[in-house]
Amino acid sequence: MNHWLTAPVLIPLLGGILQTFMGYAPIALRRTLALATTVLLVATSLVLLTMADDGSYRAYAFGNWQPPFGIVLVLDRLAAFMLVMTSVLALLAHIFSLGGADEGNRQFHTLFLFQLMGLNIAFLTGDLFNLFVAFEVLLIASYGLLMHGGGTVRTVPGLHYVVLNLVGSSLFLISVGMIYSVTGTLNMADLAVKVPQVTGENALLVKAGGMMLLVVFALKAAVLPLCFWLPKAYASATAPVAALFAIMTKVGIYAIIRVYFLVFGDDAGELANLGMDWLFPLALITLAMGVMGALGADNLKSLTAWQVIISVGTLLAPIALGSAESLSAALFYMLSTTWIVAGLFLVADLVASQRGSAGDRIITAPMMRHRTFLSVLFMIGAVAAAGLPPFSGFFGKLLILMSVEPGPQMAWLWGTILVGGFLTLVAYSRAGSIVFWRTVDGHVETARPLKGTTAVAAGAMIALTVVIVAMAGPINRYTEDTAAQILDTSAYIDILQTPMVGEDD
Amino acid sequence: MELVFALVIGALTASGVYLLLRARTFPVVVGLTLLSYGVNLFLFASGRLATGQQPILGSSASYADPLPQALVLTAIVIGFAMTAFVVVLSLRNLADNQDDHVDGNRKQDEDSEEAKQ
Repeated sequence: MNHWLTAPVLIPLLGGILQTFMGYAPIALRRTLALATTVLLVATSLVLLTMADDGSYRAYAFGNWQPPFGIVLVLDRLAAFMLVMTSVLALLAHIFSLGGADEGNRQFHTLFLFQLMGLNIAFLTGDLFNLFVAFEVLLIASYGLLMHGGGTVRTVPGLHYVVLNLVGSSLFLISVGMIYSVTGTLNMADLAVKVPQVTGENALLVKAGGMMLLVVFALKAAVLPLCFWLPKAYASATAPVAALFAIMTKVGIYAIIRVYFLVFGDDAGELANLGMDWLFPLALITLAMGVMGALGADNLKSLTAWQVIISVGTLLAPIALGSAESLSAALFYMLSTTWIVAGLFLVADLVASQRGSAGDRIITAPMMRHRTFLSVLFMIGAVAAAGLPPFSGFFGKLLILMSVEPGPQMAWLWGTILVGGFLTLVAYSRAGSIVFWRTVDGHVETARPLKGTTAVAAGAMIALTVVIVAMAGPINRYTEDTAAQILDTSAYIDILQTPMVGEDD
Repeated sequence: MELVFALVIGALTASGVYLLLRARTFPVVVGLTLLSYGVNLFLFASGRLATGQQPILGSSASYADPLPQALVLTAIVIGFAMTAFVVVLSLRNLADNQDDHVDGNRKQDEDSEEAKQ
């Protein structure tokens, strides 16, 4: 039992509750407390990262119920990695929102913190039904955040997003029911023990449940047939919200890694590597689709939203291959792409604020203020996202390309990633040169100078790509250890033997 | 009992999916509600159907599995909140677009595109 594990859930919960009751407090006080909560969360997740790095599993059983009978939180390297990635991104997006995006709705900070709570539960939980609850917590907060900002542009994308996710929740429940009806458990460690023993007709039932679960996770991760909700929803969200949403697709990817490597991994008997042969081609088609979308995007935000889909495809292809090297490479790339995409959303918003009525559309407009600063940020972000040296996207893609063993899969993966990367570069060059270089005479009347907070937050978000490069050695070592830990499922199963706190002491 | 139960789940889910595919927000919301009813009953059945049994091990020869009941309770609460939200969102869509089409006001868009041409 380790009580630290509850901190990433309790901190945003308490901070969020506090915000709920002080909607009418002065905005400076609300901002200070909200930001303090996020800073505390970053500190906690860094502590958890150092704890998890010794390679052991830590479990926290709610109510001291011996797993598999109660709900457990489980901390391992993967969970700690996701926590740090989320909290750092959230901190910078939160700082950006202080520049004015949090005005207009008294509950912005509440929703923001509750969304973080949902994300953290999803990363820490060791129970399939609890994962469903975590998804619902983060989704209902995200519904509110998506609609944040006033105006009518967000209504229709918001409606699509909500309805699709409600259908996804129904599918999640059906698949959970199918799996429970055969195995009699929803604890992930216990499932990893029970699923390999399932045979015959029951195996078909679990297989159907497992495949439906993959559909749900693919909807969250925006894999091709289920990705069309994403560009409109993300492009219409307010900038800090869109930046935070960069992590939402990664929750789907995290769930795929967690469930499909642990429960349906190599040792799962009849159900070994369930769905992975479907995932590989789908991931590549998703990548191709994302590139096409990026080429056709007519504003910077939807260009970035399509970049989210490109990175989902790039991430899931190596994950579907399932070797330790490719898993490690995918985790490295996930860190890099999530932070860059979030940074690009913030930069797009700053650009839009400086161009008057042209906004972030990719059209010629009068020369904007702060052109040098913004164009440098955009260029670094674009170079990193397209995967050119010297920034982190290059190293992520290089690791992914090097992790594949020679064969037809290698040909497909190399071909798609390299051609896709080149065409992404074309899309970014087109957008950048039109927005920053081809200016027309005249001046933008409404442009106000950039605020310090937003400029610093966007700059820091983009600068993280340089940080990743500088720390590539330690990060790569960590992701390699993580991949090894994920593939060694027997250690995870041992959390069933976690000693409970005795009633005597 | 099993047959009737299965038919009810099937009918609810099929009607739910049919209504979900409609183009107006009201049928979509009703479809979501029916779908969640079907799912809740399905989840309930995953603990096996039993009448007159206690949810405590060892108190009788067979027992009623209490876990799916807890899961259904959670799912009902969440589903209820989500339905309330989607109803409000549909009303907002109607107010913003003067139309309850799920894609907003189609007629207006077409008119403005024609005007451009």
